[in-house]
Amino acid sequence: MPAAALTAARSLVATPAQARTIGSVEGRRAFAFKEVGKRFGDKIVLDGISLDVRAGQFLAVIGKSGCGKSTLLRLLAGLDRPTSGSLTFGAAEEGHSRTRFMFQEPRLLPWASVVKNVEIGLTGIAGGTDARQRALAMLDEVGLADRADEWPSVLSGGQKQRVALARALVGQPQILALDEPLGALDALTRIEMQQLLERIWLDQKFTAVLVTHDVGEAVALADRVVVIGAGRIALDLDVPVARPRRHGSAELAHIEGTILDHLFSRV
Amino acid sequence: MSLAIRLARNGAAGWLLPAAIIAGWEAAARAGLIPANVLPAPSAVAEAFWRLTLSGELIRNIGVSTLRALSGFAIGGSIGFVLGLANGLSTLSRGLTDTTLQMIRNIPHLALIPLVILWFGIDEEAKLFLVALGVFFPIYVNTLLGIQSVDPQLVEMGRVYGLDRRALFFRVILPGALPSIFVGLRYALGIMWLTLIVAETISASSGLGYMAMQAREFLLIDVVVLSILIYALLGKLADSLARLLERLSLGWHPAFQKG
Ligand SMILES: Nc1ncnc2c1ncn2[C@@H]1O[C@H](COP(=O)(O)OP(=O)(O)OP(=O)(O)O)[C@@H](O)[C@H]1O
Ligand SMILES: [Mg+2]
Repeated sequence: MPAAALTAARSLVATPAQARTIGSVEGRRAFAFKEVGKRFGDKIVLDGISLDVRAGQFLAVIGKSGCGKSTLLRLLAGLDRPTSGSLTFGAAEEGHSRTRFMFQEPRLLPWASVVKNVEIGLTGIAGGTDARQRALAMLDEVGLADRADEWPSVLSGGQKQRVALARALVGQPQILALDEPLGALDALTRIEMQQLLERIWLDQKFTAVLVTHDVGEAVALADRVVVIGAGRIALDLDVPVARPRRHGSAELAHIEGTILDHLFSRV
Repeated sequence: MSLAIRLARNGAAGWLLPAAIIAGWEAAARAGLIPANVLPAPSAVAEAFWRLTLSGELIRNIGVSTLRALSGFAIGGSIGFVLGLANGLSTLSRGLTDTTLQMIRNIPHLALIPLVILWFGIDEEAKLFLVALGVFFPIYVNTLLGIQSVDPQLVEMGRVYGLDRRALFFRVILPGALPSIFVGLRYALGIMWLTLIVAETISASSGLGYMAMQAREFLLIDVVVLSILIYALLGKLADSLARLLERLSLGWHPAFQKG
């Protein structure tokens, strides 16, 4: 790897102290993991994760299957409790309540119309016609306003995932956790969804945490990529590439290469 | 050809075969192929129908039987539904009652008739008890199954989005269990009529089954056949109502969406 290019991208095996200082120098904190560990019975899945994430940052988390990425997101969303360490949120994030979770599957209620599904995202925030108006506006944003009153079962996979995205975003979350939400989509739909996600993120400026298997997707979307290995943060890398980014540009390909090298030289 | 398709769409085609059978039956009876003391001609049955309608006997007996069927169904069905919900939602409740219920389920409820007659004589309670017991299990089992088969991913989604227990139940769990509950409902309706016929035939002083048994004693075979036909019609009516209800409430289900 040419050393010159590596200086552009900060590459380091994060120790907790480093991760903290780096995260906190730029802007307000959205959330921070402090030495977070998670065990299931005897199995240690996460073993001291420290991660400081600035509000509005787009963070991608990658790692081999079973390394604990979903576990990390579930901790962030409050679906699980850490066995050790702590998780703190910035003032505006109000704990887990302003964190939304987007799953690998759309998880739409088949018995509720598309717009009713989006309204689920406004539970405890808005109700009645106000909820419907906001849900319709969000559906418009993801390009599905004309499908509002249809059943989810008639939508295509990509459209369902767009409804799920609308549902996640309609409540204007501070943090959006995405667990491989595009994994099941075909390559073209995927790129379309990535662009949609980036556009809405640029617009709404929430903090995004995207778990993905796809290193290309991670570098195309994220400001910062974190690789998890052996229960720890094995690599923490900034992606200082201006937006809009062009898929397959040399700059992105180079960063992708760095990450891939790292993934396969260790473990 | 196109007429047949149109009829099939309207559900009318289902009535073509019964109509043809009745026509053939009438012709055979008139030609003397079927002796009148084995099977009366449809016209004779229609005559019996008219006679009993005029005397008010038919309406009264249909009323009595229907009331029994529905009350028994309401009792057994609601207990089954509530227990199914409770055992589907709470592991404690399931742990306490499910084994017992599964054991009772293995006893054919009609086998209890001698016991029930000893307990209740031929009073209304006997019929209500048997119908309620017969209806209970299909509703219980299918409600429980429906709740257990609700997609846990959807339940988790509901939690993440902050649905409280009530909203989770009414918006996620109950709709998810509904297809299975309807299977139980339709099955229970069949059991309801079957149980009632048997119970009324054996021990009753009114109702359709009783009317048929009385007619048998007086060798009124047309009335016997009439009773059987009316049972068939009532059963079909109940099933059609259940189907209608199903179509109305499961409109989201791909199986009920018109192409
Ligand atoms: N509830 C649980 N009980 C026991 N073990 C669990 C539980 N949840 C996760 N695990 C284990 O924790 C490890 C990490 O799981 P996790 O789902 O976080 O992996 P992942 O990185 O998301 O993998 P993938 O990329 O395949 O989705 C796995 O070995 C898994 O078996
Ligand atoms: Mg996972």
